[in-house]
Amino acid sequence: MKKNNPIKAVHGIFTFYRDGFRGMVLGKKLWTIILIKLFVMFAVLKIFFFPNYLNTNFSTDEKKGDYVLEQIINNATKSQSK
Amino acid sequence: MVDIDLNMVNWARAQFALTAMYHWIFVPLTLGLSFLCAFFESIYVRTGNEEWKSITKFWMTLFGINFAIGIATGIILEFQFGTNWSNYSWIVGDIFGAPLAIEGIFAFFLEATFFAVMFFGWNRVSKKFHLFSTWMVAIGSNLSAVWILVANGWMQNPVGMAFNPETARFEMQRFFDVVFNPVAVSKFVHTSSSGFLFASLFVLSISSWYLIRGRHIQMAKKSIVVASVFGLLSSSYVVFTGDESAYMVAKKQPMKLAAIEGLYKGQTRAPIIAAGILNPNKQAGDDQDPFLVKIEIPYLLSLLANRSLNSFVPGIDDLVYGNEQQNIESIASKITRGKTALNDLAQFKQAGKENNIEKAKISLKKFKKNQEYMGYGYLNKPEEAVPPVAIPYYAFHIMVALGSLFPVLFAAFLFYVLKDSITQKRWLLPMGLISGFLGLLAQESGWVVAEVGRQPWAIHGLLPVKMSTTNLAASNVQITFFMFLGLFTLLLAAEISIMLKQISIGPEEGH
Repeated sequence: MKKNNPIKAVHGIFTFYRDGFRGMVLGKKLWTIILIKLFVMFAVLKIFFFPNYLNTNFSTDEKKGDYVLEQIINNATKSQSK
Repeated sequence: MVDIDLNMVNWARAQFALTAMYHWIFVPLTLGLSFLCAFFESIYVRTGNEEWKSITKFWMTLFGINFAIGIATGIILEFQFGTNWSNYSWIVGDIFGAPLAIEGIFAFFLEATFFAVMFFGWNRVSKKFHLFSTWMVAIGSNLSAVWILVANGWMQNPVGMAFNPETARFEMQRFFDVVFNPVAVSKFVHTSSSGFLFASLFVLSISSWYLIRGRHIQMAKKSIVVASVFGLLSSSYVVFTGDESAYMVAKKQPMKLAAIEGLYKGQTRAPIIAAGILNPNKQAGDDQDPFLVKIEIPYLLSLLANRSLNSFVPGIDDLVYGNEQQNIESIASKITRGKTALNDLAQFKQAGKENNIEKAKISLKKFKKNQEYMGYGYLNKPEEAVPPVAIPYYAFHIMVALGSLFPVLFAAFLFYVLKDSITQKRWLLPMGLISGFLGLLAQESGWVVAEVGRQPWAIHGLLPVKMSTTNLAASNVQITFFMFLGLFTLLLAAEISIMLKQISIGPEEGH
């Protein structure tokens, strides 16, 4: 029975992924789409258009909780007038 | 304090619906196609026939395209939670955090390991290990869907939690109550089985195209056999889980059931509407007939809702205005209780500011008496508790009609392919060709039934959608709505174009 060599195992996994990526045909196009999509989502949409409102405006969980509580209490009365 | 802009609420709703419905093109196909790939490969490993390997690789490639285009589109929903729905995301954060984190970790490990073996491992790992990886991708993809449906099920039937008035959050008290919430369970089994059905139709659709064009005939016939058997089994399961789902809706969200059936006046031995056109002028509480024309099946709604032919099914009017005989409380009464709860919550907060412990204790005790009605305190009038009936009604009937057609289609394809006369059935093949689109229509209709049917609630009875949003101007959401519309159209065009090219190439090429 062969002894397991961890370095060989890691090398085997590395070459498995490397050869897999190198051997892709359609996969290259799909990965390009995935990377462009992730870039648009995280580097453009998330940063410029989708800030986390509470994280941006309040520094602690306590302040966030206070704000939301105020919202759901005060807007309860205001929603009646709409 | 700035008022919440209701116009903004509707734009945020539209944006969420656009994103979720776009995301929902890919998810059910992934759920079902992963199992179909596992079936094809199992046959290959068992028979050793290289043709099945080629078939497996072909469908696996289409699975990969769908996965690549669909991946991460769900994350956009999370962006929207943080920006457009900050009240909601704060309030439910403690409940949703665990299931969504489990889903993320699960998906990452699954995709980094077994997914890679599935695509890179042909001829690099043993046949059996490759097959094992394909099955793990199928099982794992479906299990990762559990968690998002647990979160959704909780919104429709909030259990296993307590509202903390100090932090303004619903906090998880009993994890397993949340996970095994009967609404979540019925949602998962119905959703995943409908995904199997849709993927089977997808295979039928593309195989029909090959048969019409006279290309890859053997591959198409073999694919049809597997897809039809899986489709037939899934169809039966969809009917069974759909029945269970409707039963849960009747118990937990009776207003949704009344809306999807256009039932205004409750009835014993209630009939189900097989088909009908709603009266567009009908309003809750008036005496107009809800239908311009209808075909009913007697007793069936009572059976569906209560498992009893002679039982009473409440209508919209019973639920809105109450029905003493049936012990149904009116929405007006619930609104009063909700307002009392919100007033006590305000008193509790004020007492906290004043450091008045005694007053805080009393207010909290009073709040707890009515807290399960707190969401009703935000409604202006009882009729606001009624969803826009026409949308879930028509969506439900489209879904059911298509769901009844699909097993017939699968049976016909299976019959003729086993008789080896499928290529001569020129009337059947065009139906097979469009069946993938019909499957998608049924899927999206199901989403509409579930989500529009539960309006006005974000969390059933506890938080209406209009109180869940962030104080933003409608224009902010409008801009991103149109950006998404453009982005999604582009991505969908890319998917369709890559998919069509690959279908046109056929099973010869790899990935």
